[in-house]
Amino acid sequence: MNISVQYFAVFREQAGRDTEDLTTSAATAGELFAEISTRHGFADSVERCKVAINDELASWTTSLSDGDVVLFFPPVAGG
Amino acid sequence: MSFEITEDAIDPVARKAELDHDSAGACATFEGWVRDHNEGEAVSALEYEAHAAIASAEGERIIGEALERFDVLEARGVHRVGYLEIGDCAVWVGVSAAHRGAAFDACRYIIDELKQRVPIWKKEHYADGPSGWINAVTGKETPDSGAPR
Repeated sequence: MNISVQYFAVFREQAGRDTEDLTTSAATAGELFAEISTRHGFADSVERCKVAINDELASWTTSLSDGDVVLFFPPVAGG
Repeated sequence: MSFEITEDAIDPVARKAELDHDSAGACATFEGWVRDHNEGEAVSALEYEAHAAIASAEGERIIGEALERFDVLEARGVHRVGYLEIGDCAVWVGVSAAHRGAAFDACRYIIDELKQRVPIWKKEHYADGPSGWINAVTGKETPDSGAPR
């Protein structure tokens, strides 16, 4: 299935890009994150990161669908 | 709209006027400022980045929770993004209530939840060199953030 991924803050810098189109067999957002973390060397654990799918916050167990836009957020640090 | 992400300077006096209410006997506000140090490092500036749409929606949700949980009349919040200098106001939260207890509690709740949940990131620029993304959990730089130290 084809997924479009967007990276923010430190993830964008580690991935060296802000978006990426890819083909994956990952069934959930968490599986896709694991796949991408390995490839780009993301150091943050999944528990402290967040994911949004099609501009809505989602959970790591959310199933992916063809054409989804998946946003990976490193640990937040507002304030 | 009770919560917003802005690129403009925050004016606390103007913001506070939004809390006016004839039944209010208390007003609690919080301002988060850019300070010149973190974890022993001299900081020269901060750069904030947000996913504006999701940050605004999550901020609205937090304000809504505060209005439900505490006996308050009005609650507002704003977070600035972009390049901020020492002393600049990065975040402002304000609450009005009939009594001070609820005002303090709601204000504290909102800022604590904002820091935990809203997709905003902070990059520190150091007086003596490069920069690093800050990790809210540890207060320190995210490992491998690419900032040579």
